Amino acid sequence: MKAVVWQGTNKVGVERVPDPTLILQTDAIVRVTSTAICGSDLHLLDGFIPGMERGDIVGHEFMGEIVEVGRDVRNVKVGDRVVVPFNLACGVCDPCRRGLFSACDNSNPAPNARTVEALYGAMSPGGLFGYTHMFGGYAGGQAQFVRVPFADVGCFKIESDLRDEQVLFLTDIFPTGYQAAEQCGIVPGRDVVAVFGAGPVGQFAARSALMLGAAHVIVIDRVPERLGMAEAAGCQVINYEKEDVLLALRDATGGRGPDHVIDGVGLEAHGHGPGALLDTAEQKMRMSFDRITAVRWAILSCAKGGTVSMPGVYAGLVDKFPLGAAFGKGLTFRLGQTHTHRYVLPLLDRIQSGQIDPSFVITHRASLDEAPELYKTFRDKHDGCVKVVLDPWGQPGEVQKV
Amino acid sequence: MTADLSPNSPSPRPYRQHSTESLLSPTERGVMGVLGLAALTLSLRGGALERLLLGAVGVGLAGMAATGTNPLATALKIRQNEEGDTLVSDAITVGKSPEDLYAVWRNLTNLPLLMRHLKSVEVLDERRSRWTVPGPVGDVSWEAELTADEPGRRIAWQSLPGAAVENSGEVLFRPAPGDRGTEIRVNLAYRAPGGTTGAVIARLTGQEPSQQLRDDLLRFKREQELGYYPTTEGQSSGRAAKGGQQ
Ligand SMILES: [Zn+2]
Ligand SMILES: [Zn+2]
Repeated sequence: MKAVVWQGTNKVGVERVPDPTLILQTDAIVRVTSTAICGSDLHLLDGFIPGMERGDIVGHEFMGEIVEVGRDVRNVKVGDRVVVPFNLACGVCDPCRRGLFSACDNSNPAPNARTVEALYGAMSPGGLFGYTHMFGGYAGGQAQFVRVPFADVGCFKIESDLRDEQVLFLTDIFPTGYQAAEQCGIVPGRDVVAVFGAGPVGQFAARSALMLGAAHVIVIDRVPERLGMAEAAGCQVINYEKEDVLLALRDATGGRGPDHVIDGVGLEAHGHGPGALLDTAEQKMRMSFDRITAVRWAILSCAKGGTVSMPGVYAGLVDKFPLGAAFGKGLTFRLGQTHTHRYVLPLLDRIQSGQIDPSFVITHRASLDEAPELYKTFRDKHDGCVKVVLDPWGQPGEVQKV
Repeated sequence: MTADLSPNSPSPRPYRQHSTESLLSPTERGVMGVLGLAALTLSLRGGALERLLLGAVGVGLAGMAATGTNPLATALKIRQNEEGDTLVSDAITVGKSPEDLYAVWRNLTNLPLLMRHLKSVEVLDERRSRWTVPGPVGDVSWEAELTADEPGRRIAWQSLPGAAVENSGEVLFRPAPGDRGTEIRVNLAYRAPGGTTGAVIARLTGQEPSQQLRDDLLRFKREQELGYYPTTEGQSSGRAAKGGQQ
């Protein structure tokens, strides 16, 4: 089959690799009909997240049709059309039973899990599709076929005639943006929410905040097309290259600051100032994995008693962290990988009832063969690129801009 | 825990890693980078690095072990008792009752499933059993006896005098708070071939019993909670396409 393969830092390619096979009786094989490139795939491309090995199949946002199931698979069958959350969860461990699916005790295989434990000081979180050997080294879904372990827990049937593009993002960015907004505990009609980063996750976080009743949502970025997309949803926007973002947020909130701030940026924040320069230097020297400008701004802008919610990905240690401001204002931090499984069905309901059509975020469609080129377009934010959807079975050669 | 081990019994390396990899995986290297391997290297003073290198080629292992504290061993958190035994312990919570889990461990012939470096355990009578591990130059066997057997709470064992590999161990079972099952704690003591330096080399090359114990406990938890343990062995990759390992 064809698959997108990590070939080294700043290098992904489409290669012919063996088709996946059932390894355990709880596995399913899915023929992928649509897959997407995620902002967090860019951290792998850049080599900022450790633990990739040459030849790894990447991609964690995918859906398709089940073509094979192991003997012990009960909930889904061959022919089912399914979406598959980006994280792997066993469904039976204590965290899974409490709905903390991304904290699954059992889905990161033993040697990898032990390595993460050395870094995290406690048990490893769950495995992830196509996202480094730290998190299991599971082959990803930017491919024509993918092996889905824990198929009973990870395959969600889509029985309506919604198009792939309307349900594909239930695998990650919609639940991720939604969880970020939900865990702010927004008081409807009262709370103001600011979202740093108007990428795909930021877009869904902003729309989710509105769906949850936020009185006002402000989105901060520097890319005009992305700000335009947020504006179209009814958000106020701030271009941090044109305005002093902290002043602008105070002005927009009567001097209070937003009640909740969502960091949809993660470890490759741009931004400016001495802190940002230091982060970039340390990251270049591989002394630090994270550039935390967005977090600093989130903490400094947030109102007293507010929430800083962080769906953006972070990997390692940071410094120059404004802990005093966070303490002084009594902030609550909510962060971590999304418990995707928890959100698939409730958010599918919202799509079916017409509250949101997630396909708004798509700017580029192409066949899988165009993945290497589109990784770069997406990374460099060229050509108005916000979200790329790939067809693993499409004819190579053409990139369709929406 | 007590371990009545005689002080002089150089022996083949008992705990063979089941992995064929000889060095740290790229992932482990990545993590070591985060944790500051550079700083660790700089902290090596007093000829410890030379000692390590010498040790690595197997020269003078015993002599070094006799010198006692090894700064690298301290940095790597290798623990030893006064007799020079290396101590390994770890804990894990498993979603089953203490009685169920005790029963799995008490059936000693199950042990190779729980501790993957063991090749077999043969029950000789009520108290005695014969343990076999694959060694670098053929299998190594010894006899062990149960020193404690408290159903649902504790199992302890100890190698009998004359064993090629002197070791002792215990497993404790305790109900976890709430409905989380059982907290299992394992304490092992063994005489590392090559003493402290042997333990350091083993840790750095990823063949050290504390790492093995962690992997074993994670596998055990998964076997008990899922009925199998998850794996990616045999999955598709761009390496397989080139005839490399998966
Ligand atoms: Zn993603
Ligand atoms: Zn689980």
